[in-house]
Amino acid sequence: MSDTSHNYLNAKKGLWSWLTTTDHKRIGILYAIACGAFFLLGGILATFVRTELGAPGETILGQDEYNQVFTLHGVVMVFLVIIPAIPGILGNFVLPLQVGANDVAFPRLNLASWYLFMAGALMAVCGWLFVGKVDTGWTFYTPYSSGASNAVLWLTSAVFVAGFASIFTGLNFIVTVHKMRAPGMTWNRLPLFTWAIYATAIVQVLATPVIGITMVLLFLEKLLHIGIFDPALGGDPVLFQHFFWFYSHPAVYIMILPAMGIISDLMGTFSRQHVSGYTFIALSSVAIAFLGFLVWGHHMFVSGQSALSSIIFSMLTFLIGIPTGIKVFNWVATMYKGSVWLKTPMLYALMFLFLFTIGGLTGIMVGVLAVDVHLHDTYFVVAHFHYVMMGGALIGLIGGLHYWWPKMTGRMYNEKAGVIAAILVFIGFNLTFFTQFFLGSKGMPRRYHDYSEFLETFPEFAALNMTSTIGSYILGVGLVMILIYALYSLVRGPRATANPWGACTLEWTHTETVPDEHNFHDTPLVTRGPYDYHLADDVFGPKKES
Amino acid sequence: MISADTTLKHYFVNHEQQFDAAKLGMWLFLVTEVLLFAGMFVAYAVYRAWHPEVFLQASELLDWRLGALNTIVLLASSFTVALSIHFVQKGENRKVLVLLLLTLLCAAIFMVVKYFEYTDKFSHGIVLGAGFDPHGIIDGKDYSKYNVPYAAQFFSIYFVMTGIHGVHVLVGMGIFGWLATRVARGHFSPQWYTPVELTGLYWHLVDIIWIFLFPLLYLI
Ligand code: HEM
Ligand SMILES: [Cu+2]
Repeated sequence: MSDTSHNYLNAKKGLWSWLTTTDHKRIGILYAIACGAFFLLGGILATFVRTELGAPGETILGQDEYNQVFTLHGVVMVFLVIIPAIPGILGNFVLPLQVGANDVAFPRLNLASWYLFMAGALMAVCGWLFVGKVDTGWTFYTPYSSGASNAVLWLTSAVFVAGFASIFTGLNFIVTVHKMRAPGMTWNRLPLFTWAIYATAIVQVLATPVIGITMVLLFLEKLLHIGIFDPALGGDPVLFQHFFWFYSHPAVYIMILPAMGIISDLMGTFSRQHVSGYTFIALSSVAIAFLGFLVWGHHMFVSGQSALSSIIFSMLTFLIGIPTGIKVFNWVATMYKGSVWLKTPMLYALMFLFLFTIGGLTGIMVGVLAVDVHLHDTYFVVAHFHYVMMGGALIGLIGGLHYWWPKMTGRMYNEKAGVIAAILVFIGFNLTFFTQFFLGSKGMPRRYHDYSEFLETFPEFAALNMTSTIGSYILGVGLVMILIYALYSLVRGPRATANPWGACTLEWTHTETVPDEHNFHDTPLVTRGPYDYHLADDVFGPKKES
Repeated sequence: MISADTTLKHYFVNHEQQFDAAKLGMWLFLVTEVLLFAGMFVAYAVYRAWHPEVFLQASELLDWRLGALNTIVLLASSFTVALSIHFVQKGENRKVLVLLLLTLLCAAIFMVVKYFEYTDKFSHGIVLGAGFDPHGIIDGKDYSKYNVPYAAQFFSIYFVMTGIHGVHVLVGMGIFGWLATRVARGHFSPQWYTPVELTGLYWHLVDIIWIFLFPLLYLI
């Protein structure tokens, strides 16, 4: 493989060719750059938040600044990183390759989605920087938001615009999976990553319009005082919460389902084993997608919704645990009797398994009506959702990026650096967030910039917060290290081979090391399932003895 | 034949696949549109359930005759669109052009009627949001009697729903204009007429949403 080989990276040259590309692989890279930048921004903001809380009393941020910083942190991380990242980066890059298509069904719409996303992102960041600071939290609850500064208008429009990007991406993937599979790529031969992205796409298409209209109504409420959500005008703030969570609970599955898909592929590849319970994993994604629409009320147990609806929402919430559990048990079963190969991506898969299980189980805990009345709005909830969003979704993404890195760039990263960074991330993450379970169960409220007033009753808050802050620095070091060795590998990394992990799915077996602009030289003919290692000898030789 | 075939994109195997993909994409888009409006219908249902008397009373201020006229106009336009698809499949492009222009005309009539409805409301203090202050006497109705709590909510919902629906009509007009120029330049044939078909689907949805809005807002 020399640099002169013809591939999607060098097929056309110049910045302009990237900004006008309709190649799904290049669009994936565009998302990677954008989401990476936003992740850096969100991470810096998080460091401010943790530093403020590191010691009691006001340290680096005043009360208002603190509120503004965590709001922007939440908005950036949720709407600009975790929701778009996996579908945008890996979904775009990998999904068409995995189904054996030459591109997504609507390539121009795909590029348009990226621009919409960037427009939304610019509105959010510029609005915050230049128009005014928002301190409503990422949930924009009325009446905070209807009374907040006009920059809320910018943020809500941003969410609206970025929402359309998400809708169009989802639409593209659904049509691609339905209509553009290669000959022989039957539904039960779809790789589990593709299944997961497909289920996610359904949620994106069905849930996002609701947040869209909610943001329009909030916008009008703020601008013209239409009295739908603002209690001062006779509106109903709880209605806003219903609308918001009708989207935002399903949105947590937009975040986690793709990561689950990555983990399934990693488990198969690095255990050298047919993924156990393939059908169950595939269909549980779809089940989660649908059940996810029925549980939004569990964010509103203390909002004044009726007791009956709270009980129903609580019970439905438990149901979600079933398909989630099915996945976890099948992943474990895949490793059992497989020959597990502990490369960096697999380390992240294991980390996901561990962290996500904690996150999911604590989710069930806060889903218990009586328990949540105590834990709502404490650090326990903060810890819960960081375990699922960061420990789950983001760790899945990082694992996936390591896995597909050779395919995207044609280079390998330094394995040793990868392992060290993974260990730092794991330690840092748990120090940061596990302590918050203790803090929360003792009653430390979220969204406070100072906790000195509690110290008299709970002197341990000081030490716990300090530990959490130190953990966040370790986490930060681990993440920065990944960034550094990734960039280094782009320039100096050794060249990869076409299928360095010995995987069985089309993107590894039927493309060049770095795929051609049009993906496949000949349309692949699929004759086996995605994890049928025993049938794949033709592609990469007989299975190695370990 | 193959060399002239510029309408088949390289990433599709054949026209059938391309057409199916486009159509599925459009259906999904329509689903998102339905959900967008569903949010507003829910807001309507909630406020109506809480304040049924106010909604009944406030809806008297909307002129059902104008609403009915617009319903007929939109239904007619759905019919002309359906016919245009029929004729484009037969390759009778002159008829297609006429029908598309007729549809455009219907949509324009709809918007003109809406314009008069809106301005009439505005001039009597019925506006979206904080300035809500009905006054004056029209058709023997004393508007100031309607200045009751939650009447403002009714009209907020009315303006937002019909407003967003109106935006969809405007977008539709733009697309029909664009389609008409393409028909005039002979871009479509019985082998390839996807944009006409998809626009038709879109337009039917715009029509159906109005069919729900009209009775909910004007009649009950
Ligand atoms: C087994 C699965 C899960 C269950 C049963 C569950 C349950 C819950 C419950 C009941 C709450 C509300 C707690 C409160 O506010 O008092 C909550 C909050 C939250 N969950 Fe989960 N959850 C699950 C998975 C996830 C996943 C996968 C994510 C994201 C990837 C997530 C993200 C969040 C977020 C962001 C919040 C806090 C929202 C806020 O108030 O700012 N959850 N979860
Ligand atoms: Cu939830």
